Amino acid sequence: MKMKASQAMVECLKAENIKVVYGYPGAAICPFYDSLMDSGIRHVLVRHEANGGHEASGYARISGKPAVCIATSGPGAVNLITAIATAYADSIPIICITGQVNTDQIGSDVFQEADITGAAEPFVKHSYLVKDAADIPRVFKEAFYIAGTGRPGPVLIDVPMDVQRAEIDFDYPKSVDIRSYKPTTKGNAFQIKRVLSELEKASKPLICIGGGVFASNAQEEINELAHIMNIPVITTMMGISAFSDDDPLFFGMLGMHGVKSANTAVNECDVLFLVGARVGDRAVRTPLALEKTTKILHIDIDPAEIGKNIGADLPLVGDAKYVLRQMIEKAKPQQHDEWIAELNTYRQERVFEPAKAGTVNPRWFIDRLSRAMPDDTVVVADVGQNQIWTATGYHIGKGGRFMTSGGMGTMGYSLPAAIGAKMADPSRTVMAVCGDGSLQMCMMELATAVQHDVKVKVVVMTNNRLGMVRELQTKGYDGRETAVFLDGSPDFIKLAEAYGIKSCRVTDEKSAVEAVKLLRDYDGIALVEVIVDENAATL
Amino acid sequence: MKHTISVLVENHSGVLSRITGLFSRRGFNIESLAVGPTNDPEVSRITIIADGDEHTVEQIEKQLNKLIEVIKVRTLQKDECFARELMMVKLNCPADKRSEIMTIAEMTEAKIVDVTLTTVTLEICARYNKLERFIEIVAPYGIIELVRTGTIAIQKGSESITAKK
Ligand SMILES: Cc1ncc(C[n+]2csc(CCOP(=O)(O)OP(=O)(O)O)c2C)c(N)n1
Ligand SMILES: [Mg+2]
Repeated sequence: MKMKASQAMVECLKAENIKVVYGYPGAAICPFYDSLMDSGIRHVLVRHEANGGHEASGYARISGKPAVCIATSGPGAVNLITAIATAYADSIPIICITGQVNTDQIGSDVFQEADITGAAEPFVKHSYLVKDAADIPRVFKEAFYIAGTGRPGPVLIDVPMDVQRAEIDFDYPKSVDIRSYKPTTKGNAFQIKRVLSELEKASKPLICIGGGVFASNAQEEINELAHIMNIPVITTMMGISAFSDDDPLFFGMLGMHGVKSANTAVNECDVLFLVGARVGDRAVRTPLALEKTTKILHIDIDPAEIGKNIGADLPLVGDAKYVLRQMIEKAKPQQHDEWIAELNTYRQERVFEPAKAGTVNPRWFIDRLSRAMPDDTVVVADVGQNQIWTATGYHIGKGGRFMTSGGMGTMGYSLPAAIGAKMADPSRTVMAVCGDGSLQMCMMELATAVQHDVKVKVVVMTNNRLGMVRELQTKGYDGRETAVFLDGSPDFIKLAEAYGIKSCRVTDEKSAVEAVKLLRDYDGIALVEVIVDENAATL
Repeated sequence: MKHTISVLVENHSGVLSRITGLFSRRGFNIESLAVGPTNDPEVSRITIIADGDEHTVEQIEKQLNKLIEVIKVRTLQKDECFARELMMVKLNCPADKRSEIMTIAEMTEAKIVDVTLTTVTLEICARYNKLERFIEIVAPYGIIELVRTGTIAIQKGSESITAKK
């Protein structure tokens, strides 16, 4: 069928079953916007392109499919880079569509020209600069395929204005065939046997799961395998909520900010089974030491992750869901009662010291909140102390979900990602927990939530500091605190009011009860400000 | 240690910058890089000489393979391939040195491609080590200019590195 290329772009999105897109217009992307207008696809006007990218990221993480964000050429495209890099670091499938100046002007530094495919290259799984409009159907088909399969990641499609305006014959390809891209899904049967036999031989086996378990939607499988074989489980920050905190086999998050039970487990185990975890430096600081004392079995869909940060005794390339299914078929029940009993002794009772007047203990509040919210709540933690308080303190019930910017640690991720998550599944409660610094990096998105009536909950931990950096300076720089004071911040309650958002402030136990009620019961956007001690510690 | 890595890529614009970008951002050292078309118009072949230990080459191979437009990556062991590099050297060469330099050219299988009153330009195609030795030999005459193509390599025998459709 003959049509404008901009219309074809819209048809591609429809063919991919895209219902919502997050974007910000400008001259270079106007042809596409014009075609989008009557398409029935919901366009969410974000308040900054980076947030649009995070919104798509939140949507993708909950829907399990690539989500779309849009920006214009030059500054719009460049603003997207933070979100692209954030998605790349966490292997989140997003499709970024950018407008570009006319093809005959490319390279001459015209108004709002930026080499976005060049600039974003280090952070994309793949990118396209479309120079021939006839390529649009193939490029879109490939982009969605590449973003969503194998190790997922962002794909960028840059479309010059004249290309958008061209007329093409539209026919959406039914299948993709990229000779140089064939991700492995099923695991090698022989390797699987060997992994199982190592796990059976182990006296102190441990499973460590990462974000890959979500990418492959293998939560059920990993739970099943762990329980058949009776193997204790820990997670990286990206793996949080793949296991419920109520599970007796679960021993928490490892790493620099992790809990004692998980960190001791890593040091004490004799066989460590890594599933979709890349052993980042914040998770395991000394992989070389661990590698020497422990047998490492490693499943990952990305062969490059195996052996990159930690040597693997047994590599197993494949999609966790398939591989674990293959393992479950052959797995035999094991007994590890002593090992589990030993690990149980490292569990730490949560004790919450009382906070000074006018503040509450942030970990106490998070604990309290998590026990009141519905089990299947999606919690998006921002970056900083608030992130660690939430990661280690939010009690994950059955079906709960925790998300954060793990790899890049991008401040300002939580609110936009929560908006995206809520739109992907409006039936669930979605809550962003952020700091007073990080909220100020994304608070313009409150307007996006209001405009589109996305009923997210926001919890802001006010310590009037860039708390995590403040703490680092206290410990590592002789207490020379600099550039971490957030004086000048707005009154967040008044700010919420200005947006017409219901809010309340927590300064003691009584107001905490009110706040929890608001977050749990109110059917609308709500913001809760929690006043915490400016010197409250992360751990 | 030096490694010879053959890479088949889709002949798209931008591929080379993806590859060089990957090397620089991951801290891999490229000693030389040669790129050109193949008998298949859709495929280009890149030969990279990279420096690094086993772990590094393994990572280079794996990371290259992740680039969507990379079709095949193969590290060639020294004894399984022919490796060649073309070099041209312009030397100071007053008349009284001409015969000396001609003898060197003969002995090293270099060709004289150009002569002027004061210079001579030599061309030599050989393995990396031989080129290095050649440079040592001619350096005393005074090298004015030196250009090299970077190494290309092909497997010995009937085996080949080709792209399937
Ligand atoms: C975009 C960005 N800039 C800077 C940093 C460095 N950084 C990490 S944590 C942090 C402080 C965050 O402050 P706030 O949001 O108030 O959280 P708190 O630690 O106080 O809970 C900063 C500046 C970052 N992670 N991301
Ligand atoms: Mg703060």
